[in-house]
Amino acid sequence: MNEFLTRRQVVTGMGLLGLGLLAGCDGSTTALDFKYGKDLSNKIMGRTFKLTDTDGEVKTLSSYRGLMPMVFFGFTQCPAVCPTALARAAQIRKMMGEDGKTLQVIFITVDPERDTPQVLDAYVKQFDPTFVALRGTLEETAHVAKEFGVFYEKVPAGNTYTMSHTATSFVFDSRGNLRLGLSPSLSAKQCAEDLLTVMEVC
Amino acid sequence: MNTVFAAVSRSLVSRTLGVALLAGVSLSAVAQTRVEDPWVRATVAGQPSSGAFMRITADTDSTLLSVTSPVAKDVQIHEMSMTNDVMRMGPVDAVPLPAGKTVALDPDGYHVMLMGLNGQIKEGDQVPLTLTVKNAKGETEVLNVSAPARAAMDMSHDHGMTH
Repeated sequence: MNEFLTRRQVVTGMGLLGLGLLAGCDGSTTALDFKYGKDLSNKIMGRTFKLTDTDGEVKTLSSYRGLMPMVFFGFTQCPAVCPTALARAAQIRKMMGEDGKTLQVIFITVDPERDTPQVLDAYVKQFDPTFVALRGTLEETAHVAKEFGVFYEKVPAGNTYTMSHTATSFVFDSRGNLRLGLSPSLSAKQCAEDLLTVMEVC
Repeated sequence: MNTVFAAVSRSLVSRTLGVALLAGVSLSAVAQTRVEDPWVRATVAGQPSSGAFMRITADTDSTLLSVTSPVAKDVQIHEMSMTNDVMRMGPVDAVPLPAGKTVALDPDGYHVMLMGLNGQIKEGDQVPLTLTVKNAKGETEVLNVSAPARAAMDMSHDHGMTH
């Protein structure tokens, strides 16, 4: 809270340009101009989540305050889009250098019945040791997906199943405001450029 | 394959000898289904499934009917599609292989699902795959392929998604 107030005081003393740049930090939803991704600043969605990490600790969005969380929904038996998105995220983090250290990649499983904490942890860390995976009960998973407008469903495959799901990466600024949606079709470089725009604001 | 080659060659010989010879040479080189650059994504311990990818070119209008592998209890062919950033996945019965057209089994479309893995697939492992292809005449061809396992982080073969 203190930091928040300090920033406000700073803003009061700043010129219009500074005001515009910092406006997002006070919780307002100033639209951002992204080159590639979708601006989600004005969407009433992705306000928070409450899930469990692979060490059994409960995590919410505020657990990652000060970082720039990038949330991706998927499942470890996903052959294509999930490993591609996570490998891209690892590439983005490297590409951003020092700035990349604030990027916190969060993988939320849409398959909590099969994705055990052990498999989830090993799965995300093969891409980057800083990546975290979160998991909920079926009800919690349904709730967080609804909050993010994420679609997912089981698809029968022989005597087991595979899954369809939304493949957007959701990015929050360091104050926990949802800002950006990155399509799986974007390159690591395109994503990194838009992530720097988020960082400029907050 | 030799039977098919011979039959085609004879019909060509009846037209002109020169063309038959030229065509015969090229036919003998492609008179089968080609599989290029097969690979499997390595898994972490406890991960029960993975994907296999490759490029397939058949010389006649053919169909990939099935794939088997000793590393998995259940091998299926799935198709992935992306609409408005929603990834949809599901099993398919077969993959059409139009004559002369290279069909990619890659992370952007069709791929082979190795389900119920018997163990972890580590980077560098060679994964045997057996493909059954039916050609336009209804003849069945069995292809044995050895697919190296590549690290999940290896994006060099994930064409399309990262353009």
